[in-house]
Amino acid sequence: MVLTTEKPEVAPVGVASAPGAVKLPKKKRPKGWWLPFALIAPAIVFELLIHVIPMIVGIWMSFIKLTQFYIANWSAAPFVGFGNYQIALNFNGAQGQALLSSFLVTCGFTILVVGLAWGFGMAAAVALQKAFRGRAIFRTMFLIPYAVPMYAGIITWKFMFQQNTGVINQILGALHLIDPNNPPFWLIGNNAFVAMVVVAIWKLWPFAFLMLMAGLQTINEDLYEAASLDGAKPFRQWRNITLPGLGAVNNVLLLVLFLWTFNDFNTPFILFGGGEPPAGDLISFHIYNTSFITLNFGFGAAMSVLLLLFLMLVSAIYLVFINRRSRRA
Amino acid sequence: MKKRVLGAAAIFAAAALTLAGCSGSGGSSSSTDSAGSITYWASNQGTSLQNDKDVLQPLLDKFTAQTGVKVNLEVIGWNDLQTRIQTAITSGVGPDVVNIGNTWATSFQATGAFLPFDDSAMSAIGGADKFAATALSTGGAAGQTPTSVPLYGYAYGLYYNKAMFAAAGLTPPTTWEDMVADGKKLTDPAKGVWGTSIEAGSYTENNHFAFITSAQNGGAYFDGSGNPTFTQSQNVDGIQRYIDLMQTDKIADTADAQYSTGTESISNFAKGTAAMIFNQNNAEANLTADGMDASQYGVVPIPAPASGKPVASFIAGINLSVFKNTKNQDAALKFVNFMTSPDTQSALGKPFSSIPVLKDATPTFTTDPDIAKTFSNIYNNLSQPLPTVPLEASFETEVGNSMNTLFATVATGGSVSSSDIQSALNTAQEKVAASN
Repeated sequence: MVLTTEKPEVAPVGVASAPGAVKLPKKKRPKGWWLPFALIAPAIVFELLIHVIPMIVGIWMSFIKLTQFYIANWSAAPFVGFGNYQIALNFNGAQGQALLSSFLVTCGFTILVVGLAWGFGMAAAVALQKAFRGRAIFRTMFLIPYAVPMYAGIITWKFMFQQNTGVINQILGALHLIDPNNPPFWLIGNNAFVAMVVVAIWKLWPFAFLMLMAGLQTINEDLYEAASLDGAKPFRQWRNITLPGLGAVNNVLLLVLFLWTFNDFNTPFILFGGGEPPAGDLISFHIYNTSFITLNFGFGAAMSVLLLLFLMLVSAIYLVFINRRSRRA
Repeated sequence: MKKRVLGAAAIFAAAALTLAGCSGSGGSSSSTDSAGSITYWASNQGTSLQNDKDVLQPLLDKFTAQTGVKVNLEVIGWNDLQTRIQTAITSGVGPDVVNIGNTWATSFQATGAFLPFDDSAMSAIGGADKFAATALSTGGAAGQTPTSVPLYGYAYGLYYNKAMFAAAGLTPPTTWEDMVADGKKLTDPAKGVWGTSIEAGSYTENNHFAFITSAQNGGAYFDGSGNPTFTQSQNVDGIQRYIDLMQTDKIADTADAQYSTGTESISNFAKGTAAMIFNQNNAEANLTADGMDASQYGVVPIPAPASGKPVASFIAGINLSVFKNTKNQDAALKFVNFMTSPDTQSALGKPFSSIPVLKDATPTFTTDPDIAKTFSNIYNNLSQPLPTVPLEASFETEVGNSMNTLFATVATGGSVSSSDIQSALNTAQEKVAASN
């Protein structure tokens, strides 16, 4: 809801205004000095409209008691200071406990999904690095999950995960991995977590694959040749040539995968519909449910701000870490 | 150096894009109506959104011919309706007239966004007297000027398969205990046949039965001043009784725990794999579509325990509300009057399978006179309104969702004791209270 942050469009301001900053104080402005400002003005206006103002409104909402009694007239909503935050962070209370458990589920989900999606993407990209017959077919096939409309893809998984009619239990039954008379549920209870992870990986890994595949094209083939002449085995080549060569790509890729996954709303929303099992209660879904279904937008906004702070913190730590490492390199 | 700056910029841009991905749902629909037109949001009552349009459009044309007011119709599915209305209330930009689930009436009334039907507004739509008392009681909190008027009425009934009951030598149950005993006789898991089939993964239906079973036990989810009383023993016992249909009575299949669309149990009933279902009176269209004729089943009120109170349903239905900020209040009220007129009501009763909300109106929702009589009786004499308190919407969601989880526990081999229910209700109550 309020999760926005500034884009770097504002950066050119300093550059553009540099010619004006000549030492003589009373010098006439050069002809056309306004042009750079005019050119960036639309960007700034829309930046304010689309990102900054909604974010500020969201932060403001988190400090007022915006419940059903006030949503028709926001200005009447009483100011509650950090009251909404206190409820969200009181882990002895029911709401705080629910938020904490949702947060932990989301952390586990993110680690598994990002790790495995990255792993699959890397494996596929490396496997398809050398030219062979039919490589284009594989590349295309691997990208299909990314091309399928998200809703259609997830709803198909929902059908496949049905306990009594789903194809997954039929396959598992045929392989004698489960008792066909008592097939497991995938969309309710604790297995819901597994189902959600599987669907999210399926949805995400082609993106990792695509990015890593593109990154691999920039690594000089000669390095591999030289390495194999020196007797380096494939794993060694991967670790010492491929991985460092993909450094810049990985830096961006991992951050994006993390943020997308941590914010994932569509997967639980489509997979579970209105009644989410506790094991599938991802945090953005949790915030949506709390604010929209119980009509408490102030509390929802407070949780959104907390989520924003957490994601910004993680991103900042990550960037500092990456910067240090690249400075050392 | 340059590379690093570029890399950092790229990361930042990506981060911005990603974080932005989570932003904003400022959906709004413009209501730039000319003087002679209103916008009407209808709920999905027919077999599809298109079906609703096909049913409603001829009537709207008739209204336009009578009054000169043009009606812009939008039919909205149930998944989106509540969110759309909330967005309209929050933003102040919405339709003139809207259908609401009648259980939301008090929650929306509390927002102050809807026009109160005071004496003058009420007389503009034909007077409060034209409505059946039961139906009108859902218009808002008791003692306050209602902000919605009834449009379609619904009630729960117990549908039973006549042939299966006859083959087992049974008559339709009159107590909860009878129903369970009958269910046990009719259940044969080896053949995939069950006494009943329930939508145990639907938080709305679960919530309805939390309410009905509690009312049968003489309990309540809110006290007189609107404070939640979720953890009373009557509520716990009621939920236990409902969950036990699957857990200890074993007359409902564990597969039911993931049913949530409201149609799976109907389809089991039509296929003959469930001998009884609890459903509102709009099942006929689906049953016919699934190949079951109205002569093959009967309907009786959902029975209460022998020692319980005769409550068989909540007063379900759809109400009509007018947005207070409408620029065309006269036209909006004329339209409400038209929709709740005897002619329109009887024209819509059949396609939408609704119980009439007008006094002394003849039901048109079914071809079977016995079924019509049974449902009219349930609706007018055996139904109680869901709590008419502002926290109703939160109550529906929180209690319904806890029951989803409890059913999931039973289905995946766990067991649910009354202390589990007690603690689930306690959590739900704390959440409802904390979020207020």
